[in-house]
Amino acid sequence: MKNIFQEIRKSVLSAIWLMILTFPIMVIKVNSFDNVVIWRWKNLMWVGIGTFFLSWLWRFLLDRKENGSGVEKTEIEKKNKFSLRETLSERKVKIPVLSVLAVLVLVFPFFVKFYQVGIMTSALMFVILGLGLNIVIGYGGLLHLGYAAFYAMGAYTYGLMYLYFGLPFWGALPLGAVTGALFGILIGVPVLRLRGDYLAIVTLAFGEISRLLLENMSGFTRGPEGIAQIPRPGFFVKLSLQGATTYLFYISIALVIFTIFVIRRLEDSRIGRALEAMKEDDIAAQSMGIDLAKTKLITFALGAVWAGMVGVVLASKTTYINPGSFTLMESVMILVAVVLGGTGSIPGVILGAFLVTLIPEYFRALADYRMLMFGVALVVMSIFRPQGIIPRVRKRYLVGEEQS
Amino acid sequence: MSRTILDINDFSMVFGGLRAVDHVNMYIDEGEIVALIGPNGAGKTTLFNCVTGVYTPSEGDITVSDTEGKTIRTNGIKPNRITELGLARTFQNIRLFSSMTALENVMIGRHPKLKAGIFGAIFRDKRTRAEEEKVIVDSLAILRKLDLEKYANEPASSLPYGAQRLLEIARAMATEPQLLLLDEPAAGMNPQETRELDETIKRIRDEEGITILLIEHDMSLVMSLSERIYVLDYGKLIAQGSPDEVKANPAVIKAYLGE
Repeated sequence: MKNIFQEIRKSVLSAIWLMILTFPIMVIKVNSFDNVVIWRWKNLMWVGIGTFFLSWLWRFLLDRKENGSGVEKTEIEKKNKFSLRETLSERKVKIPVLSVLAVLVLVFPFFVKFYQVGIMTSALMFVILGLGLNIVIGYGGLLHLGYAAFYAMGAYTYGLMYLYFGLPFWGALPLGAVTGALFGILIGVPVLRLRGDYLAIVTLAFGEISRLLLENMSGFTRGPEGIAQIPRPGFFVKLSLQGATTYLFYISIALVIFTIFVIRRLEDSRIGRALEAMKEDDIAAQSMGIDLAKTKLITFALGAVWAGMVGVVLASKTTYINPGSFTLMESVMILVAVVLGGTGSIPGVILGAFLVTLIPEYFRALADYRMLMFGVALVVMSIFRPQGIIPRVRKRYLVGEEQS
Repeated sequence: MSRTILDINDFSMVFGGLRAVDHVNMYIDEGEIVALIGPNGAGKTTLFNCVTGVYTPSEGDITVSDTEGKTIRTNGIKPNRITELGLARTFQNIRLFSSMTALENVMIGRHPKLKAGIFGAIFRDKRTRAEEEKVIVDSLAILRKLDLEKYANEPASSLPYGAQRLLEIARAMATEPQLLLLDEPAAGMNPQETRELDETIKRIRDEEGITILLIEHDMSLVMSLSERIYVLDYGKLIAQGSPDEVKANPAVIKAYLGE
């Protein structure tokens, strides 16, 4: 019995604390038209009741996490348990599932409104951004908070090259990737000696500096006005708006597949292992003959390539770019996608990117609160599932008798 | 006369006002097992860090002779370059790549011996594929030598403590060193494991032809293993010689037991 009283006491205390904390914003409302203050006492009540129950739930979940769910699974039960991941990795299941998925993706633009195709394209672009940032954070272990700058570099590569030289989309796409990689190395050189929080601060500053430069070099970049009327990609002939949007959707799909292909191969290679060793312990990695400086630069370059490429796609999709599209918020959203989905896990990051872009899109009512939602989601995740929604699985090598 | 692999000449390391290592002269010949002992804080690990490039020595010369017999002054050279010259080390407080498997840890050690770059990884040409297959086979062979094969697919952090120490040695051996520097390999091992380690280190020297320099506090291990011993105290070399000579040296007894 005493336990329940304690629980009630804790919840009441949290409720009172939050009522006091939110009093100014939830209760007082100044009507500046009539110069009167409106006291919304009802809100205070809701805050109190809400906090009371939520804090109870929170402690219940925490308790359950710490003491386990109470039911111990035996080895056999674990083996018999249906595992989605294992089922999917079986060849018999994998190929049909992938083909169905491929067909669905291919016919998707013909069955939905053309507005939906645009949204899906944005989500796919975000997937590539997430996968790119994942190389830096998930494999290399370098916290990068200025990733949107590379994105901007790609977009401006297309914008400016079109403006001054009339470069078409297909010329700009590889160029954007190269520009991204170059800037990746450029930012990498001065931060070679930094790690952890210090690296995060410098990269954050780099992101902001790039944006400010784009804003203030008005002669060259057209400043805050941005660059307008960037052409959409044409398919031999100039496409209608609808045609170009569908075309961009397919281009994005192809780029996503390309990205996954390249990253999966990198992950399972000498370079991928070097990145991971650097993340785990840089001093030990260096003592094993890994050139830290080189590996860090490779990490930044490999991460930035994708952002540069997606930047070009963005410029051609919106036909208008300005520095305002590449704020810190953009970097943070990509980071949220990576962390929510599962750092270092390709399916995780893809899911994360879809969640981060599609939820605010389809639940418009919630769009105003999306930052709040992502904040709460991050806190909950970091306590209950720090490895992300779909965590990474390590590759296993065949050993001994298993080896043929 | 056998070749001198490591030559430390009038070497000092100064941190601010502290002389951690003070005018030390040392050499290690090919095929030897040499121990470096001394009370806590004597500067043993600092010396290791300087030799392996983690710190840059303040004074003096450290020269390494490579397999062709060319001598190279290594002061201020980066650790990864020193590893390529054939020096590999383990750490006093285990520094494995803890979430990677035992096999992957050893595969990292093979890194400097491999060539595949980014494009090799992406296009996976014939040479890269062959190299990847070979690195797995080679790494497994190294694990087998130290009897760690059963842990190959286990994350390094889940291995028993003694096995983690051995895995560090395996990882260092993967770089194909001529000189292996072991920083307290027996720390935290029980007597049984220590005896096995004694055998293992001897085997590494005899079968692989790897020269060994070790820091160790377990005197029974030091006395049974090493052919020569250097004794450091407060950064100064106070004695050197065969185990028997060092055991009988009054300066050593004083450093360890006091007056």
